[in-house]
Amino acid sequence: MGEKTKKKRTVYQYSARNALCRGNWITRLSLVVFGLGCLVRGQIIKGCLFLLSEAAIIFYMVRTGFHNLSMLITLGELEQQKVWNEAKSVYEYVDGDRSLNILLYGIVTAAVLIAFVLIAVQSVKQAYKLQEKKEQGKHVPTFREDLGNLLNNNLHLTLLSFPVIGILAFTILPLIFMICMAFTNYSVEGNKLVLFDWVGLENFKRIVNFGGTLGQTFWAVLRWTLIWAVVATFTNYILGMLLALLINWKETRLKKMWRFFFVLTVAVPHFVTLLVIQQMLQPEGAVNVLLRNWGIIGASESLPFFTNTLWARVTVIIINVWVGVPYGLLQMTGILQNIPEEQYEAARIDGASSFVIFRKITLPYMLFVTTPYLITTFTGNVNNFNVIFLTSGGLPRALGSTAGDTDLLVTWLYKLTIDNKYYNVGAVIGIMTFLVLSVVSLLTFRLSASNRNEEEFR
Amino acid sequence: MKKEYTGRSFWKYPLHKKLKVAAAHIFLAVLSFVWLIPIVWVVLTSFRATKGSYSATFFPTSYTLDNYIKLFTDTSVFNFPKMVFNTFIVAAANCLISTFFVVAVAYTFSRLRFRGRKGLMNVGMVVNLFPGFMSMIAVYYIVKMLGWTDGPMLRVAMIAVYAGGAGLGYHIAKGFFDTIPISLDEAAMLDGASKFQVLTKIIMPLSKPIIVYTMLTSFAGPFKDFMLAKVLCGANADYYTVAIGLYQMLDEEYIAQWFTSFAAGAVLISIPVAILFMCTQKYYVEGVGGAVKG
Repeated sequence: MGEKTKKKRTVYQYSARNALCRGNWITRLSLVVFGLGCLVRGQIIKGCLFLLSEAAIIFYMVRTGFHNLSMLITLGELEQQKVWNEAKSVYEYVDGDRSLNILLYGIVTAAVLIAFVLIAVQSVKQAYKLQEKKEQGKHVPTFREDLGNLLNNNLHLTLLSFPVIGILAFTILPLIFMICMAFTNYSVEGNKLVLFDWVGLENFKRIVNFGGTLGQTFWAVLRWTLIWAVVATFTNYILGMLLALLINWKETRLKKMWRFFFVLTVAVPHFVTLLVIQQMLQPEGAVNVLLRNWGIIGASESLPFFTNTLWARVTVIIINVWVGVPYGLLQMTGILQNIPEEQYEAARIDGASSFVIFRKITLPYMLFVTTPYLITTFTGNVNNFNVIFLTSGGLPRALGSTAGDTDLLVTWLYKLTIDNKYYNVGAVIGIMTFLVLSVVSLLTFRLSASNRNEEEFR
Repeated sequence: MKKEYTGRSFWKYPLHKKLKVAAAHIFLAVLSFVWLIPIVWVVLTSFRATKGSYSATFFPTSYTLDNYIKLFTDTSVFNFPKMVFNTFIVAAANCLISTFFVVAVAYTFSRLRFRGRKGLMNVGMVVNLFPGFMSMIAVYYIVKMLGWTDGPMLRVAMIAVYAGGAGLGYHIAKGFFDTIPISLDEAAMLDGASKFQVLTKIIMPLSKPIIVYTMLTSFAGPFKDFMLAKVLCGANADYYTVAIGLYQMLDEEYIAQWFTSFAAGAVLISIPVAILFMCTQKYYVEGVGGAVKG
């Protein structure tokens, strides 16, 4: 696609700044009275819509918005109280402030304010555009024409609006909500589950502090997460590639059947297979039973799959190989079959051995095409909740620690929030995970072949 | 896919090559065996007559269909038919909405050029780097604020949460759209077609595979996810999906009675999901490998 070739970056003419500097008074006034420009120049419906949105937002802000925002500063202070009810002669509980709701409403209000600013900017831009059109004697589009344009030149607005609303409401809003929690003391510690306060960077300090228990756990978990992600990614990558090469080898018969066997394991839902593997690896599970029957281990012995740290770590990595290699196989197969056959033929005519062909053609091509795949696999492995949670469950765990020896940052995050209700610390862990992932992704992207020359293999 | 290359007849090879080829096949057989053990074991367990998670032998001593029958008749603790129904409703709605979202976003980013396109794509990439579980609690509170955590609205909540973020997973579909020659669009637009008409009249008919792929994967989603559904439903067992139900069966409280039925349920939901996957894996391979065509 011609994305890279389109380098000319013209200065955008209808920016809000241009509009405010060069526009006439009607254009400038559109910043305060939304849609004024449209109304004056004959776009009545559009102008009314602008005005209506302004009125609605101002009404909302006056009704509850400003209150919500002001509450955001303290996150509420009123505790739940017992009040004596004379008539019924009982104590009644009167609800106090709930910091969580205050925070959520506050964020929503902030979002509404941002929308307000965006609409204002749009209003000015529209007014400026119309002003220019009038001055140059061009046709001012009617409302019907504007609607028609939503299916043509502005199709992106139509297509993106609903998906973006979905993402804003159910992905970005929750993320912002959680990020805010990282700066509060919302936690079971000190009984701050109803009323909590802003604490600034306190939680981050606790997490990175080597001395404290939480800090020590964090660094241990982070170290294991990184080891896990690197080992898991490369085992999947290399073994997946080798398996794909082996099945793709021209001497291999029944290629379809072999592929089917491996792909079957991807087709069965992961939570099912992982739970089954977990059951099989229990001290009395199927694997130990088999080994006992075959006489490899004693009749009452069992291998410590999830009870010894080293065993558990190796076990989860092997389980991940079991889960991940078929995926690798699938992707590598597609890539291998796409390598231009002419390159191989040319090499063969030049008398290159199969090893040289592999090293000079297959490998560079695979590395080039699969770099984005490597990044996504790495990200997937850092966030690989299921493989750990459903098999080892983070075990073995030292007494008194919130994380086990095979816990990743994500599973620890789960335990901290869902099991232990340390919501603030959990949010910090989430942010840390994000930081780790962004650093790694950026570095890989910079160093990767994909970044050097897009056209090399075409 | 291109036709695959196979060598000449095995029996005409010299001995050392015979050994090499035979070794490769034995190696593949061993690997396949390792990969298939867990699946074979679930299937065997689902027909096992003795209850409980532990068995003294790998192969059951006697076989029965009771585990399957129990799933559909004993609805006192786990109402499996109801769970299948719940999952089906959520999956069907999710399938429609998600497919629309994914196709819309993928088409927009692949075909339309507008200000802020790169920016939006970058925001999507950044958001994808946050662990999904991080926002789960927050999603729960938002859904609660909307009053969707009780009664039938729970289904709406699940659909909204599953489908809401679907637009972020546009990469495979975009990869597919990218491979459709842009000259087709240009020709149509020269003939006076609007961009919307290009989408509905030209791109959509050519994109049946990727649309089917998106539909099937989003339909399979609710069958595979249990974490989010569990957080949303809490103790509201009436709206449990199959995945939550199966996960609960392995609870210490129930495992002795329900383990073999868990295996039966696992087999039952794996069959449709596996069939869906087998139908779609071709597109998956093409979507990932399709960025560079030889």
